[in-house]
Amino acid sequence: MERVPILKLGDILIISIQIDLDDQSVLGLQEDLAERVVATGARGVVIDITAVEIIDSFIGRMLATIAAMCRLLDADTVVVGMRPAVAITLVELGLSLGGVRTALDLEKGVAALGHLHGRDTTR
Amino acid sequence: MTDGGRMPIASNADVVAVRQQVRAVAIEAGMSLIDQTKVVTAASELARNVLVHAGGGRVTVEVVDDGRRRGLRLAFSDEGPGIADVEQALVDGYTTGPGLGLGLGGSRRLVDQFDLTSAPGEGTTIVVTKWARG
Ligand SMILES: Nc1ncnc2c1ncn2[C@@H]1O[C@H](COP(=O)(O)OP(=O)(O)O)[C@@H](O)[C@H]1O
Ligand SMILES: [Mg+2]
Repeated sequence: MERVPILKLGDILIISIQIDLDDQSVLGLQEDLAERVVATGARGVVIDITAVEIIDSFIGRMLATIAAMCRLLDADTVVVGMRPAVAITLVELGLSLGGVRTALDLEKGVAALGHLHGRDTTR
Repeated sequence: MTDGGRMPIASNADVVAVRQQVRAVAIEAGMSLIDQTKVVTAASELARNVLVHAGGGRVTVEVVDDGRRRGLRLAFSDEGPGIADVEQALVDGYTTGPGLGLGLGGSRRLVDQFDLTSAPGEGTTIVVTKWARG
């Protein structure tokens, strides 16, 4: 099983998927991330999939699971950098990932989290 | 890794290797990036099914040519439990496991030809073809 590094930047965790994930590594990443969110008290998670060439139903479910799990742990998730061919294929596969927030790139993703938090504090 | 385009599917690492080989052969067949992505995604779903639902099997990956265009043919086979009701298995969301039930229906949409042969106790064979466009 290969491990995906999780970086901490302020109160945000950043995961950049650079390898072709096998199913075991996908499950490992979900577990590692849940632990890190709790251990660091992170308020946001950015998953950068710029380098990901395909998303099948297993990896798609991981993204949905991470988003749902982080919500329960009081963190927001943004998936950034989805390739156009991947988006087209996902829709045809039948996965719309409706519950997953996305942004075009890392910078916009981090900005989106800032906005979410800003709104939180004024509430 | 391959023997006449034939690859074993016996582990999670094999599923990754199948994806990578299908990508390489799709490029060789002159497919667009979108068609490459679709056929690799279908291959990933079908290879995982062989591993998870049948306990392993194999796939043969080959370039095909019908005289007008080139394409990719993938033949997955296993000696697993087989599928009793194929129409039901193809319905989106139908699963007998912990999956999303999108693998069969979704991969059928992602390719041009999809032929599934299966019977209980006789294993499963799925042959898919994707043609390069233009
Ligand atoms: N190679 C196979 N051998 C036996 N059963 C299979 C095979 N492939 C698929 N199936 C059956 O068809 C169902 C639907 O498959 P699929 O659409 O890929 O969904 P999932 O894999 O998420 O369950 C599976 O739950 C399983 O019962
Ligand atoms: Mg499946």
